[in-house]
Amino acid sequence: MPGHASPARSERSAPAPAWRSHGRTRRSTRTVRVAVSAAVTGAVVLAVLLVPPLVQLDQQAVDLSLKLRPPSWDHPFGTDDLGRDLLLRCVYGLRVSLLVGLVAALVATVIGTAVGAAAAAFGGWTDRLVMRLVDTFSSVPHLLLGIFVVAMFRPGVWPVIVSVALTHWLSTARIVRSEVLSLRSRPYVDAAISGGASRWRVTVRHLLPAVLPQAGLAAVLMVPHAMWHESALSFLGLGLPAHQASLGNLVQTARGSLLAGDWWPTLFPGLFLIIPTLAVAGLAGAWRERINPRRRSELML
Amino acid sequence: MLELDTVTAGYDPRTPVFRGASLTIAPGEAVGLLGPSGCGKSTLARVAALLHRPDAGRVAVDGREVRGWRHRAPRDLRTAIGVVFQQPRMSADPRLRLRDLIAEPLRATGRRAEADERVAELARTAGLTGDLLGRRPHEVSDGQLQRACLARALVLRPRWLVCDEMTAMLDASTTAALVAVVEAYRREHGAGLLAVGHDRVLLERWCDRTEEWADCVRTA
Repeated sequence: MPGHASPARSERSAPAPAWRSHGRTRRSTRTVRVAVSAAVTGAVVLAVLLVPPLVQLDQQAVDLSLKLRPPSWDHPFGTDDLGRDLLLRCVYGLRVSLLVGLVAALVATVIGTAVGAAAAAFGGWTDRLVMRLVDTFSSVPHLLLGIFVVAMFRPGVWPVIVSVALTHWLSTARIVRSEVLSLRSRPYVDAAISGGASRWRVTVRHLLPAVLPQAGLAAVLMVPHAMWHESALSFLGLGLPAHQASLGNLVQTARGSLLAGDWWPTLFPGLFLIIPTLAVAGLAGAWRERINPRRRSELML
Repeated sequence: MLELDTVTAGYDPRTPVFRGASLTIAPGEAVGLLGPSGCGKSTLARVAALLHRPDAGRVAVDGREVRGWRHRAPRDLRTAIGVVFQQPRMSADPRLRLRDLIAEPLRATGRRAEADERVAELARTAGLTGDLLGRRPHEVSDGQLQRACLARALVLRPRWLVCDEMTAMLDASTTAALVAVVEAYRREHGAGLLAVGHDRVLLERWCDRTEEWADCVRTA
């Protein structure tokens, strides 16, 4: 980098700085990004935790006299085609979607980590067999497989969670497997073996701590994906029961009124889906930069 | 005796890195192994440290024939051989502080109680002073990290030491210091040494006897 700046210095006679750090500007956008993401995520979590106990939502109640009112002070997000307040239903929908996303991502990560670590640890035929199984699973489109799984159960939250979890562990398994494979051949594992460490000791002391941040990151990155997946299933009418407020259901029921020019019943659930997931993804991205040890040392020095 | 008899090893059984390498080290003897880059001397060092299973040949440590490698080797046999690798960055777990790095073999073998005392003693001999023990590998220099790796290799008081190009990445003064630490340990405990490298001057001054790689490998 100093090589870049030296010709500029000889051309310009003004006391231009010989070397300009790009670090600060980049870091400041990063700080802003993290702050915004954290604020949005915090607000979403607070809303989802605090609003339902304070304001009860009767999922079945309809009020046709208030049908399709545009956003106003009484109803900031307007009302839907059955006269229900959209803001409240959006918060409830976000709650369901977040729950499904979190649980499904957690389950998928646990399955993926276990399968990936086992494949890498055993190696040989087990590894080949398991990874071909993973390939087979991932050759089927996610959504199609998810629909198959959901179709086997009665509609509800749990079938959706199972469906999303079963279709999303593949990438984690691949990440964990490759990570364990690369770590297993490091000289520090050799040194540990030479120091008398058992297999269990090497796994617990050296391999797992190195893999866990990656797996955790994969889990967090999977939350938005799982939320989208849940909404897609609900939108197709296969996910949660139609009367229950979920972001996918809200968009689905508002489809008809959108053609009549009523934009609010589709826009707000859509935003409620996009903004929190982007915030979670932003936090996960910052975390990914953080857990890279080389990056960390650069920050310190 | 550390005996390596007509060892053939490599990473693909069809094309081994070398065939029929033999080397014998008497107790307390220091043997230097000289060879060009990529000839397989590091692989031989890994075989000698029971970290790589050879395709053929016989290895015996103190008269006991080695039948298992890596985790399958008996623990007392594995810990009888201390290893120091060429790249300290790669041979130190980036998550452990140097104190834990050095104490790790003691903890892994269930001798946690003596860890503090032994680490303090070894840090002094290896020249790790002050707050260095509380730092993580990315916060110290290569030389300091290699001192810690050497201390880790010595912490279980092995009867044999395998130094695989231990000083290749280091400057002259650190090299001299590390060699002095190894020699002090060997004087005290009478340990044998296999030092692998391609620095002829260093190995000839350090070791009792130096072997050429070409003489070790019987051409098949």
